[in-house]
Amino acid sequence: MTEIGTLHYLVVAAALFIIGTIGVLTRRNVVIILMSIELILNAVNLNLVAFSRLYGLHGQVFAIFVITDAAAEAAVGLGIIIAFFRNKETVNVDEVDLLKW
Amino acid sequence: MTTSLTQSLSFYFSSTDYLLALPMLLLTLFALGILMIDLLLPKQWKQVNALTALAGLAFSAAAVGKLHWAYHVAQRQGLPFVDTGFMGSLLVDPFALYFFYLFLAGGAIAVLMSIRYLEIERENHGEFYALLLFSIVGMMCMAAGYDIVLIFIGLELMAISTYVLVGFLRRDKRSNEAALKYLLLGAFSSGIFAYGLSLFYGLTGSTNLAGIAQGLQQIIATRPNDPIVIFALLATTTGLLFKIAAVPFHQWAPDAYEGAPTSVTGFMSVAVKSAGWAMLLRIFLFGLYPLRSIYVPMLIFVAIATMTGGNLAAMTQTNLKRLLAYSSIAHVGYMLLGLIASDGRNNSTGIMAILIYLLVYTFMNLGAFAVITSLRRRNIIGDEIDDIAGLYFKAPTEAILMLVFLLSLAGIPPLAGFWGKYFIFLSLIQTGHYVLASVAVLYAVISMYYYMRIANAMLMRQPIEAEPVRLGPSMRLALTITALGTVGIGLFPNFFINAVNWSLGLTQGSQHMAALLR
Repeated sequence: MTEIGTLHYLVVAAALFIIGTIGVLTRRNVVIILMSIELILNAVNLNLVAFSRLYGLHGQVFAIFVITDAAAEAAVGLGIIIAFFRNKETVNVDEVDLLKW
Repeated sequence: MTTSLTQSLSFYFSSTDYLLALPMLLLTLFALGILMIDLLLPKQWKQVNALTALAGLAFSAAAVGKLHWAYHVAQRQGLPFVDTGFMGSLLVDPFALYFFYLFLAGGAIAVLMSIRYLEIERENHGEFYALLLFSIVGMMCMAAGYDIVLIFIGLELMAISTYVLVGFLRRDKRSNEAALKYLLLGAFSSGIFAYGLSLFYGLTGSTNLAGIAQGLQQIIATRPNDPIVIFALLATTTGLLFKIAAVPFHQWAPDAYEGAPTSVTGFMSVAVKSAGWAMLLRIFLFGLYPLRSIYVPMLIFVAIATMTGGNLAAMTQTNLKRLLAYSSIAHVGYMLLGLIASDGRNNSTGIMAILIYLLVYTFMNLGAFAVITSLRRRNIIGDEIDDIAGLYFKAPTEAILMLVFLLSLAGIPPLAGFWGKYFIFLSLIQTGHYVLASVAVLYAVISMYYYMRIANAMLMRQPIEAEPVRLGPSMRLALTITALGTVGIGLFPNFFINAVNWSLGLTQGSQHMAALLR
């Protein structure tokens, strides 16, 4: 059995990043898109923490900031979604179509 | 207890750190103050919030002035000026100071534009001004960030505040939708940007831009085409190009600009964009400089696509805010050419051109948006070309000012916009990019068409509705400042060119940007 090394963490992070990206690009529900964005940010955190095993604490500090940022983004995002839902009664991106050229 | 706390804090932070962060600290203080005072204010006193915001911007500007003066004195006496703080993550050099002034000016004009507009929209809450100040704090962190952690946090502070500002008219469907689109695409691009930064941290083992530059230098020397380096570069570039709204990452801009409250649109198109540029220049010219031979071909493609997309899409628009959104995308295309031409080592004209362009753009674009803001009247939304028809017969002074702003945006010689384009083209000629220069000139001519369409509607057509256009005192002040800026920079460019040269640390006859590159 091989030992779990930095590379393993990076592969998991890359997988999370790809799942998140595909989720943002293909899903139609706004809440799920927001969750996919959280996945991308968590991929970033995993990367940072894995690297900080090699280089010291900077990565972990960055990860804490990214977690805070993700929380703020989710709070504002859900607030905007609620405001949008009150006026339009939908959370489907296909029906977000008032503004276009 | 208190002494030991002070002692242990002073182990980490010195008073210089706080002095360098003073402009941001003051803005934060005033923003929090607005949030608290707003609770106590009766409904008809809400204008106090705007005054508090202006006072906060003035105090912050005074703090920037103090730093500027300290730098000046140190330079004259040949003393070293400590411009890094918080363990090397904050760098308040002339480059950052220049952008601080730009953000504060943009913010102040946006506040002046908002006062009456928010009353008409009946959304006159203190949070608006608090969020505006918070977003300026974020921009300052981006311009003065020397560490990717601080740059990222500044970026997000700015972005999250702007998402809310865009959706501030909560009863308006267009505003909701604009905020939603901006949020989803903005958060997505920030995520990709952060992923790129985390890879650069992994590759170089440093979060400091100097450390990243050094690490990349070594990697490029041994493995010139490392796929992970290229992927990290692509991810980071995506985030950076998104923030300045370059094609193919521009889709959010027209939607967000159209739906946002008009004064916020003006603010976004100048201050948020300048902040994006400050961050982009720091990262591209300094942190990622070893990768320049990889990113320049990408940027050439992006710049041509941006000019094409922006200019062609602007021609068919009927909504004024959307038209100016596409025009602002086109302007980003010109500015990217400056970065392609100059690397800050052998030639710096292009970088200087970008800084001048951003300054000029702040005044002329905010001026144009101020005129559109004043078209919002009791029952008229006022952002279609039809709404500006016959403005000359209703408010001649305002129509003339709008004509000045439009001519400046098109780059007609005696006005400020000319100098931005002139230095961009000059840098392209100096570095031998003749094809790019001719393409840019061609598009500059095409852009005349859609600016003149607005002017034609304003001066030649008859008004469609009879509702008069009235200006409040604050809007008059905003228009006066922007008009003076547009005409003043056009007629006396030398003063401003010297200011930009100082901010880049360019001395007579040298092309090496001492200040930005250290």
